[in-house]
Amino acid sequence: MSNEFWAQLRGVKKRFGKTVALDGLDLQVRPGELFSVLGPNGAGKSTAVSLMLGLLRPEQGEARLFGRSPLLVEPRRQVGVMMQEVTLAPELRVLEHIALVASYYPQPLTPAATMELTNVSSLAARPFGKLSAGQKRQVQFAMAVCGRPKLLFLDEPSVGLDVRARQMMWSTLRQLVRSGTSVVLTTHYLEEAESLSNRVAVLNKGRLIASGTVNEIRALVVRKHITCSTALAMDQIAAWPDVESVTRDHQRLQISTSNSEAVVRRLLAADSNLEELEVRRAGLAEAFTELTEEAA
Amino acid sequence: MNATSFENPNALNTSGESAFPAVMPSNRLLQAYLTEARFESLRMLRVLGFSLPFLILPVALYLLFGVVLFGDAVRNDLATGKFLFIAFALFGVMGPGMFGFGATIATEREQGLLTLKRALPAPAGSYLLAKLLMTVLFAFIVMATMIPAALLLGHLPLTFTQCVSVTAISMIGSLPFCAIGLFVGTRVSGKAAVALVNLIYVPMMHISGLFYPLPKFLRTVSPVWPTYHLQQLLFAAVGAPFYGKSSMHVAVLVGVTVVLTMLSIRRLARVG
Repeated sequence: MSNEFWAQLRGVKKRFGKTVALDGLDLQVRPGELFSVLGPNGAGKSTAVSLMLGLLRPEQGEARLFGRSPLLVEPRRQVGVMMQEVTLAPELRVLEHIALVASYYPQPLTPAATMELTNVSSLAARPFGKLSAGQKRQVQFAMAVCGRPKLLFLDEPSVGLDVRARQMMWSTLRQLVRSGTSVVLTTHYLEEAESLSNRVAVLNKGRLIASGTVNEIRALVVRKHITCSTALAMDQIAAWPDVESVTRDHQRLQISTSNSEAVVRRLLAADSNLEELEVRRAGLAEAFTELTEEAA
Repeated sequence: MNATSFENPNALNTSGESAFPAVMPSNRLLQAYLTEARFESLRMLRVLGFSLPFLILPVALYLLFGVVLFGDAVRNDLATGKFLFIAFALFGVMGPGMFGFGATIATEREQGLLTLKRALPAPAGSYLLAKLLMTVLFAFIVMATMIPAALLLGHLPLTFTQCVSVTAISMIGSLPFCAIGLFVGTRVSGKAAVALVNLIYVPMMHISGLFYPLPKFLRTVSPVWPTYHLQQLLFAAVGAPFYGKSSMHVAVLVGVTVVLTMLSIRRLARVG
């Protein structure tokens, strides 16, 4: 297998006791993309990532990292990792934690450059145990990027971050992807996936139920939302064909429909004073809910 | 956001060939092992609840018993002086291995640190090797404080060679205690590990004849404890009377270390 894919799962099955965690899953991470793995709790996201990192072994199928077994240290030298549930030595200072992880890589950034890149320079001398939850996440992010990895695995990276720190992390991630790094993101935070991803995979019950660009995933959900300011009565509109629901938000009506063109035409015909018309496609969050409910 | 770091084309370029080779030059590999050991030692020295009892207590207790309380008696009885010196040195050598390995591995396993190290390209065995070097360093510090105390305040006539050999034996002799700690730490939870290590540590210290001569029925079972064998080797090193053959004591200590380490590594590889 060539390096066409930087990480890959092929027909992977994994069980924990009697629970099937992954049921014949195929996933590919391509060079230079930000790939989000989404799914409800227990969908198999963490298991999929653990298999790609060689932390678990598949019962069937195979996991590959840069075309090689992820159990080998060589492919992992091109990988950075940020895990969710890990407690780092509270006595070591931020700079020391970063220097330690950097020492594992052949050509790392200097700790100073890493801290500048990830905006944690001001924390350098602080013991890890004295940091806030958000600062700990920022430092773990710094540890993930310090080895100049080609592929970054980030598990819920922005949990506990304030808005500003989250925006900074996103901006760093975009810069990294622009410079050729691939990122595998698992997140509950759909806004994050929507804002950053080139490609999204939606898992449910250990299977891949959808994958594609954010737009492609959103397009899987045909429903659109129309909002407008109108004198028409809610129940009158609700009786029209193709209208799924009508709600009122202050002075504006919100109409969900699978045929927005027909409904808009009829709205304009029925109310010549209609104002503030807006049509938008379902967001990723909505698409996600619909997809995983369908699959359930 | 400081943008300057992106203006250097080499800073983040991961697509070019130059950044691709995942081969680790041997000097960087060695540096990785040393960095891990340095930070492990630094961190354990900073945990005062760990470093103070194991570094200060041996020499403090030796000074209390060997100098303040029984100094006069010891001065006239060299064998007792050496017995006390070895007793408190051994007390300092046992602890870091058993607790530094046992309890910390169990806790760090629970806290996901071992999983992270496995996902990261940490060089093979660097995590365990770092803890081992930390223990050997602690043993060295114990001897570096015990020996001047014995020479200057305890009036023990130790030769230079004797000082070097007790230090070396103590440092290497901390390994079987690392192995015991490792064995416990890879099998039980963090909280259980502390309790279980204590459950081995305290009896091992007292009924192996470390601090006082044992009654006859206990003396027959004292060779089951690694402390007994290390104690005999240290007695031999300072020219005090000792039981058995040195080669036999070495064989027991090596055996304990190898068997327990192998069992633990097998367990770590399978279970993590």
